[in-house]
Amino acid sequence: MLNSAVELKNFAFRYDKGNVLNDINLSIVKGEYVSIIGPNGSGKSTLLKCLNRIVKGGEGTISIMGKPLSSYSQKELAKSVAYVPQHLSSAFSYTVDEFVTMGRYPYLKAFSPMTSEDQQAVEKAVQLTGLSDLRLRPLNQLSGGERQKTYLAAALAQEPDILLLDEPTTHLDPKFQKDVQKTVCDVSRNLGITVLHVTHDLNHILTWSEKIVALKAGHVCYYGLSKDVMTADHLKNVFETDFHLLADPVEGHPIIVPEAH
Amino acid sequence: MEAAFKNRGGMLGVLFVLAVMVLMVSPFFGSSTVGWSDVFSSQESSVATKIFWQIRLPRVLVSFLAGATFALCGMVFQALFRNPLVSPSTLGVSTGASLGASVYIWLGLSFSLVGISGVSIFAFLGALLSILIVWSLARVQYNETSTARMLLAGVAVSFFFASLIIFIQYLSDVTESFKITRWLMGGLFVFGYKPLFDILPFVLIGCGTIWYFTNELNVFATGEETAQSRGVDVSIMVKIIFVLVSLIIGGLVAVCGPIAFIGIIAPHIARLLIGSDHRYLTPATFLFGGLFLTLCDTIARTVIAPVEIPVGVLTALLGGPFFLWMLRR
Repeated sequence: MLNSAVELKNFAFRYDKGNVLNDINLSIVKGEYVSIIGPNGSGKSTLLKCLNRIVKGGEGTISIMGKPLSSYSQKELAKSVAYVPQHLSSAFSYTVDEFVTMGRYPYLKAFSPMTSEDQQAVEKAVQLTGLSDLRLRPLNQLSGGERQKTYLAAALAQEPDILLLDEPTTHLDPKFQKDVQKTVCDVSRNLGITVLHVTHDLNHILTWSEKIVALKAGHVCYYGLSKDVMTADHLKNVFETDFHLLADPVEGHPIIVPEAH
Repeated sequence: MEAAFKNRGGMLGVLFVLAVMVLMVSPFFGSSTVGWSDVFSSQESSVATKIFWQIRLPRVLVSFLAGATFALCGMVFQALFRNPLVSPSTLGVSTGASLGASVYIWLGLSFSLVGISGVSIFAFLGALLSILIVWSLARVQYNETSTARMLLAGVAVSFFFASLIIFIQYLSDVTESFKITRWLMGGLFVFGYKPLFDILPFVLIGCGTIWYFTNELNVFATGEETAQSRGVDVSIMVKIIFVLVSLIIGGLVAVCGPIAFIGIIAPHIARLLIGSDHRYLTPATFLFGGLFLTLCDTIARTVIAPVEIPVGVLTALLGGPFFLWMLRR
């Protein structure tokens, strides 16, 4: 499809130990915010990693912005697809500025200084994520939320069409979860970036996501509008536990509560 | 820390001036004194003039380039494995190169291939073998290496190859065995300019390529997955680095022996001085590694003159405690 940012046809992927993704057929429209949910081991993170070739191989086809994934060099792909991990383990203490600058890697040339376009892209990413005051701070002196914003800023410095988020708020406290999530949503909507967001936070999805992909054992169980996918029956089928959907007393939208017993 | 890294150009300038000073002053020191007047003496055949031009100067140049290049190899490995304790010596690569060179000496071979000495080729193959073993043992799953397993694998490979070297020494006659022992201590017993020209291709190709990859090293130091997602083709890059470092270590070890710990000490101190950005760290490590080994060699040949200590013994004496200090940090 012409307006597809990401399209998978009969895609399957396996590690040495067995199949992780089976017969995946998906078409993500440009500019959409899509959350990917599912139990642990359902293949959510692997799906993201296949889209930017962190893991290579698989059967079937993947198209990115209308072009087959195989036709991209890794640098070209990085100009179109950026990835924000849950956590990074760098042994060396880069500053926020240095780390965000690394997002320009696909545009940089060896032995050449950064161009004015590179500097502008870094500046814009830092501004959008609200990190201007922290530019010279080493990453290991940042709070969890600030660090996640730095990862996001580096991804934005790639000037991507598609942003892949792999549980970026999982280990954050509620304030930072909301803060980081709001930054992601604002930035992606303002810049028209397509977002694929792997998450376990079912309640935030209803606030931010337009569509949801529910994975189970490597298969797409449900794919559609958030309000259609997030029903108690669907969630029970996906996670194999009961859920209650209650009405938010203030805003009225549903609150999802897993059954305690 | 923030203020310290602001003037990186200035810090590089200071290191450059220090390196030039060490290069200029060091040839005058050694078991016998060489004065300024001897250097430009009209009597070219005078002993002091010969010592300066034929022994001291080439030796200082070899020590500087070897130190600079060993240090860069350490820096590259540290970025690749994301661990400041990693270096060609801790991963067994230097021992692998030593094994290759020892086999060459033991077999009594004498050949060269396209101008590269046979001992360098054997040292290269030994280095490559050890790095491949360590890498394959350290891989725990797709795109992930375990640092603990990697260091343990490095220690195991080091021990195993060191045992093979001892076995080779046992099989060799006394003269060969002594030659291997002295060479394993790591020394810069350079006469004339041939050793300089022997290491020069490895130094130029190695350092040039490492400089070319400074952006890649930055991204790599934040993790393989991140590097891949930023546009680095990780599997190709890893192969290039492995072959490159093996080639450099092979070339250097064949001439200088396995000089230990430069690859840990120099990048670490350079990082403290200038930060972790490889665009600045690479020249800083090169300069610091060069001047550090040159200083060590100057001390090694003067401290108990006229007897010389092999410089590898001195770097190991300094490096051992430094490694333990880093482990505690």
